[in-house]
Amino acid sequence: MRDRGLIFTGLVLFLGLITFPVWYNLASGTSSKPPELKLPTTEKQCVAPTETMRMSHMEMLITWRDQVVRQNDRTYVAADGKRYDMSLTNTCLKCHDNKAEFCDKCHDYAGVKPYCWDCHIDPKLVQRSKG
Amino acid sequence: MTIHRRTFLGVAGLSAVALAGKSTIGALAKAGEEAAPAAGAATRWAMVIDPQRCLRKEGCKDCIGACDKVHNVPLFKDKDHEVKWIWKEPFENAFTGEENPYTAEALKDKPVLVFCNHCDNPPCVRVCPTKATWKREDGIVMMDWHRCIGCRYCMAACPYGSRSFNWLDPRPRIPALDPEFPTRTKGVVEKCTFCEERLAKGEQPACVEACPEKALVFGNLDDPASEVRSLLREHFTIRRKPELGTQPEIYYIV
Ligand code: HEC
Ligand code: HEC
Ligand code: HEC
Repeated sequence: MRDRGLIFTGLVLFLGLITFPVWYNLASGTSSKPPELKLPTTEKQCVAPTETMRMSHMEMLITWRDQVVRQNDRTYVAADGKRYDMSLTNTCLKCHDNKAEFCDKCHDYAGVKPYCWDCHIDPKLVQRSKG
Repeated sequence: MTIHRRTFLGVAGLSAVALAGKSTIGALAKAGEEAAPAAGAATRWAMVIDPQRCLRKEGCKDCIGACDKVHNVPLFKDKDHEVKWIWKEPFENAFTGEENPYTAEALKDKPVLVFCNHCDNPPCVRVCPTKATWKREDGIVMMDWHRCIGCRYCMAACPYGSRSFNWLDPRPRIPALDPEFPTRTKGVVEKCTFCEERLAKGEQPACVEACPEKALVFGNLDDPASEVRSLLREHFTIRRKPELGTQPEIYYIV
């Protein structure tokens, strides 16, 4: 029983080491904090209920894309009867005019990288490059 | 309970009749639904170009500029990387099928406007493996840039050279980015779409609107009262390489 001290010290060290990532994240406060998003200031309501948008805006955008490009149908009628032009830049980014602090922030957090912006344009970037 | 052979056959027969009846009614109902939207006025977009009018203002590039601007067409000086939607081609090069060594003075070596012919029988559509290009009901040979995989079969198939490939990233070569229309990326093919995004808003194609001489007229071939139809009635027109059977829908007044 002379090794008790050694064994317990070893155990504590071992447990501490394998749980290190958990402590590290708790201490730095990075893991579980959801990103703070810049919501539109002028508008109160998205094109669908907020919960729906959060869950399935990607599917909605793919549907919009196919409707516009393949079906030549450009009007989206929201549940409240409002009509929208189905456009990524001209509709979504008109309200969500701060793409960096909204779309990108959440995508960075979730580890998603939509390739849409290889072609679709964030109007903010154009303004900046102009002046 | 026992089922006699006779009862079983009776029930089985009745069930078969009921099933057949149900699917027949279903098929009839479907046929009714499908027939409905076929009615209504047809549209077949086309363009009539007057090369003589086009030549009135020398060196004019208003239509090309307007198109490039609204579609974010990049400007590559190097011919190998060029991306073109609408451009000028010497008459003899555009109309190789004429094989006439004595072209009229008025058109000899003169530039004429060329772009996608939106053929009725488009060879590019036939070869596209992903349906990224297809013919719409209104005749527009449309591009879905989301589906283009850059195989360039369409470019090989098009006898007019109307399609361009993005060998390089086009973004840095766009003089003034218009955020309203997406750019393309390296590795996709692009071409004129008859400004379908403007037609959807009830506007004319950008080139037609920009032309100071009204040398380009756009309209519906299926409407006998349209301006394109009356121009085609009043003038003799030719099309590019009609011998290939592609049925181009750009008509040139000669
Ligand atoms: C290769 C370039 C390219 C990429 C990548 C791309 N798009 Fe597009 N997209 C276009 C072009 C060009 C149009 C315009 C078609 C038209 O209006 O004729 C378009 C149109 C659309 C439209 C309808 C019109 C509009 O103004 O928005 C939607 C919606 C859309 N795309 C969604 C997406 C989404 C979502 C993604 C990413 C998942 C994406 N696109 C990626 C090129 C691209
Ligand atoms: C009319 C203005 C408007 C348009 C257009 C619009 N949004 Fe929104 N969106 C809002 C507002 C306002 C909120 C916040 C609603 C709330 O606070 O409940 C929101 C919320 C969202 C959310 C949820 C954010 C969160 O808190 O989790 C997403 C995702 C979203 N929008 C994406 C989109 C996309 C994608 C499009 C284009 C298809 C779009 N929005 C078009 C105004 C708009
Ligand atoms: C609340 C967080 C959040 C916000 C805000 C948000 N997104 Fe997303 N987005 C996601 C998540 C999470 C995914 C990945 C979903 C998946 O892969 O199933 C995603 C996926 C997408 C995709 C599909 C990407 C792909 O590669 O398939 C597109 C397109 C997209 N978002 C566009 C937008 C646009 C445009 C906005 C801003 C108007 C926006 N999103 C705002 C969380 C968000």
